[in-house]
Amino acid sequence: MPPFLSLVVLLLAAVTSIGILLAHHWRWLVIFLAAQYVGVFVLALQHLPLGMATVKVIAGWMGAAVLAMTRSNFEEDASENILPQGRLFRLIAAAIVSLVAFAAAPQVDAAMGGAGMTVSSGSLLLIGMGLLHLGITDQPMRVTAGLMTVMAGFEVLYAAVENSVLVAALLATINLGLALTGAYLMTAARAVDEIAAEEEAEAA
Amino acid sequence: MNAPTIWIIAPGVIALLLMLVENRRVLSLTGGVVAVFLAVSAQFVPIEEAFRVGSLSIRIESSLNILGRQLIIQPSEGPLLALIYGATALWFFGAEASKSALKFVPLGLLITALMIASIAVEPFLYAALFIEVVVLLSVPLVTSIYKPPGRGITRFLIYQTLAMPFILLSGWLLAGVEASPGSLSLAAQSAAILGLGFAFLLSIFPLYNWMPMLMEEAPPFAAGFLFWILPTVTLIFGAGFIDRYSWLRNSPELIPALRYSGLLMLITGGLWAAFQNHLGRIMAYAAIAETGFALLALSLDLRLGIPILFFLFPARALGLALWSLALTILKERAPSLKYSDVRGLIRTAPFAVTGLALASLSASGFPLLAGFPARLALWDSLARASADAALWMGIGLVGLFTASFRMLAVLSMADEYTGWGVSENWLQAIMLGLGATGLFLLGIFPQVIQYFLAGLPTMFEHLGR
Repeated sequence: MPPFLSLVVLLLAAVTSIGILLAHHWRWLVIFLAAQYVGVFVLALQHLPLGMATVKVIAGWMGAAVLAMTRSNFEEDASENILPQGRLFRLIAAAIVSLVAFAAAPQVDAAMGGAGMTVSSGSLLLIGMGLLHLGITDQPMRVTAGLMTVMAGFEVLYAAVENSVLVAALLATINLGLALTGAYLMTAARAVDEIAAEEEAEAA
Repeated sequence: MNAPTIWIIAPGVIALLLMLVENRRVLSLTGGVVAVFLAVSAQFVPIEEAFRVGSLSIRIESSLNILGRQLIIQPSEGPLLALIYGATALWFFGAEASKSALKFVPLGLLITALMIASIAVEPFLYAALFIEVVVLLSVPLVTSIYKPPGRGITRFLIYQTLAMPFILLSGWLLAGVEASPGSLSLAAQSAAILGLGFAFLLSIFPLYNWMPMLMEEAPPFAAGFLFWILPTVTLIFGAGFIDRYSWLRNSPELIPALRYSGLLMLITGGLWAAFQNHLGRIMAYAAIAETGFALLALSLDLRLGIPILFFLFPARALGLALWSLALTILKERAPSLKYSDVRGLIRTAPFAVTGLALASLSASGFPLLAGFPARLALWDSLARASADAALWMGIGLVGLFTASFRMLAVLSMADEYTGWGVSENWLQAIMLGLGATGLFLLGIFPQVIQYFLAGLPTMFEHLGR
């Protein structure tokens, strides 16, 4: 991969994964998640044929669309429009994770039989950011985005050593399944509030 | 005709069709009968051998090609399939009594079929992908669309999903170690990644905290099913790793790692159970301790440990099925499963309380119950290998016993003038009675189950021989 393109892809992975971490409004979260899969596509393309790399980006976009469609059915949450607490903490944590990812990339690259520094760095960055996200949230939508980010990082790394069609199909299924599971949990979380609101309205 | 079509694809299709059925009793009966049929056929129909049915000569092939990879059910795996589908049938017949058949039977059958696929897939490390699909399907099984998801289900999803990348990566690294056995750093890296993968998948201490949380949030019957099927198939998958990689099998660190993690699971599971005040959480800790027993079995000389591992499975399946059915029935009669809410329930739900007490005592290894013979064999073998480990196992068992007796004491603590009555319906009483009888039969005549288990170690090339 040309050095300039490597830089652009790594920058895209960093911006989108940090964006997911910092985004307070769900629309931004979904936009960053969808953009992240463009980076995943370019990174996966280093080791996979175009068709199989495309499967990854399409599965990711479909997952993001599932989350967006589910969330768009709920009423806007007023608290989403204000600046979130702990944004500085998240930024510093993201910086530390980025440093660790870039520092560990050469060893991982060597262990993975020459996956390529760009691929190793990009995947570790995504895995690290996803794990960080999972560590600081328990909201279904954010947990799903965190898991999808970890999976995206893993898929990029695993593409360097395994290019089976069955694995690609199962990983795409899992990505979609994660998004659907997230949508189910989001719906379950909201359904109770809506039922309670309806009951209150009826009582009033 | 081939075996994967019969025992994986057909049940999967039937499960999808069952989603269209809305009658609970029909679902429970159909699911149960299908599972019994699959179990009986797996036990008695030969694979890769021609046999005659009337004028027809039939031969069931063992493999099926899918997208360039294979699903293979070896002839030696028939008894394992029979065990898994037989236990699934127990759960399905119990589903009607627990009033959870609507979602439970179709999803349960699909989950079982995928778990069988995870045992059958080649290369075998792709099993992690099937297990992940099972995890995703389990979420609607243990949650309701009308109830907000709790922390237990979120942690379950996160931990089990994180297992998959570790297992897949370790599989690739392990192949590298096989190719260059002299590379110690590569071996250490693969062992560490493999260990992490299985720690997530088997919910090794401290990654099991989702289990007690889930028991507080989820329907006990569905959660109990997960506590049975996930660790059972994962342990077989893990034993497959040990079987295939000779350096792993011969590694001096393997036995201490398995023994210490098993003891940690058993001791923390047992002791934590003793101090709980929630019936569901106690079952979760007992399930954790069960996984500890299985890991301890794997830490023995594998010629002895593998038969003990398989010997643990039937008691675990029956015990958890009975326990979770009893909890489901009690949950209907109390605001929650906390001790303060279930005091004295023995006078109004005597069958459920008896089932609960017997299942928990069986998990503790009480004589004459299903758990006793396997635990005795394990304890005896462990004592020969390490007296210290046997002592710690005893401490874990004492914890489980304490939990059982505390539970029994609380459930018997009724007001003096409360009358006796039976609030369970006839189906619930029959299912609980059958479960309790099964526990006694397995405990008193353990040799009966040996007929099915004796051939199971042959599914491994090197272990248990």
